Amino acid sequence: MRKWTKTSEFYVAIIILVLFAAIGSQNGAFFSSANMFDLIRSSIVPGIFVICTMMVIISGGIDVSFPAIATFSMFSATKIILMLDFDVPVFAAFLLAGIIGLGLGLINGLLIAFFKLPTLIVTLGTSSMFSGFLLTFVGSRQISNLPAPLEQFGKTQVIKFTTDAGITVGLPMSVLITAAVVILVAIMMKYTMIGRGIYTLGGDPVSAERIGFNTRFLQCFVYGFVGFLAGIAGMIQTTMMRSSNPVDLLGTELLIIAAVVLGGVRITGGHGTVTGALLGLLLIVTIQNSLILVGIPSYWQRFVIGALILIGTGVAAYQIKRSSAKQSSILT
Amino acid sequence: MPKALIELNHINKSFAGVHALKDVSLRIEYGEVHCLAGENGCGKSTLIKVMSGVHAPDHGEIRIDGQLRSGLNPIEAINSGIQVIYQDFSIFPNLTVAENIALNGELAARKKWINWSKMRQTAKQALDKVGVDLDLNAKVEHLSVADKQLIAISRALMHEAKLIVMDEPTTALTQKEVRALFRVIEGLKRDGISILFVSHKLEEVFELSERITIMRNGKNVISERADQLNREKLVYYMTGRQIDESYYEIGKQSGTPLLRTDNLSLKGCFEHISLSIHPGEIVGLTGLLGSGRTELAEALFGLTPATSGEIFRDGEPVSIRSVQDAETHGIAYVPEDRLTEGLFLEQSIERNMVVSVIDEQKDKWGMIDRRKVKSAVRSWIQKLGIAAHSPLAPVKTLSGGNQQRVVLARWLAASPKVLILNGPSVGVDIGSKEDIHQVIRELAGQGLGVLMISDDLPELRQSCNRVLVMKRGRIIGEAEGKSFTQEVWSELHDARDDDAGPVERRGNTA
Repeated sequence: MRKWTKTSEFYVAIIILVLFAAIGSQNGAFFSSANMFDLIRSSIVPGIFVICTMMVIISGGIDVSFPAIATFSMFSATKIILMLDFDVPVFAAFLLAGIIGLGLGLINGLLIAFFKLPTLIVTLGTSSMFSGFLLTFVGSRQISNLPAPLEQFGKTQVIKFTTDAGITVGLPMSVLITAAVVILVAIMMKYTMIGRGIYTLGGDPVSAERIGFNTRFLQCFVYGFVGFLAGIAGMIQTTMMRSSNPVDLLGTELLIIAAVVLGGVRITGGHGTVTGALLGLLLIVTIQNSLILVGIPSYWQRFVIGALILIGTGVAAYQIKRSSAKQSSILT
Repeated sequence: MPKALIELNHINKSFAGVHALKDVSLRIEYGEVHCLAGENGCGKSTLIKVMSGVHAPDHGEIRIDGQLRSGLNPIEAINSGIQVIYQDFSIFPNLTVAENIALNGELAARKKWINWSKMRQTAKQALDKVGVDLDLNAKVEHLSVADKQLIAISRALMHEAKLIVMDEPTTALTQKEVRALFRVIEGLKRDGISILFVSHKLEEVFELSERITIMRNGKNVISERADQLNREKLVYYMTGRQIDESYYEIGKQSGTPLLRTDNLSLKGCFEHISLSIHPGEIVGLTGLLGSGRTELAEALFGLTPATSGEIFRDGEPVSIRSVQDAETHGIAYVPEDRLTEGLFLEQSIERNMVVSVIDEQKDKWGMIDRRKVKSAVRSWIQKLGIAAHSPLAPVKTLSGGNQQRVVLARWLAASPKVLILNGPSVGVDIGSKEDIHQVIRELAGQGLGVLMISDDLPELRQSCNRVLVMKRGRIIGEAEGKSFTQEVWSELHDARDDDAGPVERRGNTA
């Protein structure tokens, strides 16, 4: 299996294993179920975000507006539900946040597909606009008295048990949503025409159009779908925090993009897998959550993550250069 | 008249006021190999886009199988059996061979789900039809140009193609690969598939086609059976002027060579290269792709410095470890792929020309002297006959020939003594090619030494006074320029072919 060991996912997996072993050998608490569950819990919202970012980068673009969309959607949706003043089901709350996110994502998509504007510029602009609009017109104060069904959903645990040490550990219901999103997108990217279309778009947009893909539709789909997922992720954040904060999540975009790139999704588009993106996230979440366990101060986390990005992408770039420059001798 | 596979009648098309096609007609019969010839910018590409449904004509009609088709779109054209293989092949470097071949068909059938094993199966069948064997799961970015082309052809066949349009299919191929492509085309013709072959390489035009349509300035000049035409007529119709074939000859060279190498070697690429170039000489260098010729040129220019051996400039030993060294010693190199290696496509013609001599354009304050730049650029545009409406226009708006001239101008601006040209007329039409050759000869006449790497035998024959042949990293022979024919080439090249199998084809070595 020479080919399998050459993938960047393989290298990230090795780094993660080494990191696990290193942290675990220093502090036994790392492998405790409490810590492991903590890692998973920390990945629920970012998990959806890396899936979003992965799709956008594969399609040849970049999106920095998803935290703003997520925050906008969750906060407005919560506000609307509170205004309605009756108990809407949890399902409807998520759907509402998703639809708001879809609308905002489509604004990105339309600007990108029909005006051919650079994706970074568009999403930088809309990100700031969404956030500003939210704070000006919808509200700027944190909502701590969530509607009861949301409150309840946040409290419900899918797994829950008490460890020997007497600590109760568990995972919220929302972990199932993230799992579903991951599986859905993995299938979509690999086995549907839309998924393959997104890859062709990142590989060569002109050729994608020539072979008959509707590239405008694909771009609108990507940004719209990503907006929808961001809205859902925002609502998960609300239920997990048991409050809706209009400046929550902002500023997380670079770390998410870093995770995706570390996971082998090529920033230039066309290459990448769900597995890789998730591994990249696991690496970053582990560093964020667990370096403290081996006594590395939290300021160093930022440094370590930065270094990993440089080394990770640097090694990948170097390998590509090597493999294309590598020539078997033509002298016989 | 009996119905034809496709008929284009009196097509007119304008873009933003530019009349690209003026009353053009084209008729392709069932199962014929038709050639569309013409210089760059004569409207060939636009015509192809009209027949493939990418552009709608302003006036005129399109008939497929005798049926009038108005508002033809790309999917309809594909469903009618028209397949276009563009110059860039329209393939996806990030996808596998199988997917590149089969995805089209699945998409046209409006499938929503992907069945990977079925895709691999269809891809395998398509490759078998063309008679090639490629790893279906390999990502295309790692394949050679010739393999990519075969993938594009296989893909075109997938969809029950009746007409395959090939836009300049041989531009990036070596002689050997061109032969393989021609065999594929003959096979397709036997299967009853029509081919429209767009080219401006005269040898290919005559070798392949049954009928030839020639375009000039957006009009079709003539459509004629190939055996009714000859080389002179074809050139005349394409360019509207008479171009005569001549050879470059100079007297016996003595004295100190401008450039001499002694046992120059680069590990794994070439070894024991001893050659010399005298003032006024145009020395040809040829060999299959992967023979080490590009590596040799790059070593002389300091891109990949040689590992052993010596280089002499005007008889003095020099060390060339970097491009800066090469430039100091008056060596200039015009790379093969002018698009990716030589030019800043988005930048203006002016900037592209002066970039290598920006130091000479300074005024006494160390700032760039606009007037100096302007006059230098104007003189180069005039001298090389670059057709541009303004020196400030981006280079990408120029035709291939004119782009090549901008690259030449850039290097000539640094007034080099030795000029290394790698495929100087790849992708350039006949008229511009002739002009480029003229410029090169004039430069050699002024005492410059030129090393010209090329696959194009007529080009070598007409422009070089000597031709060196490389094979597996060694120089295996030398011939006089004007007598360098296909036979001489084969004789030299095959003379030592008894020691091993065929040279491995590698896209990324040259």
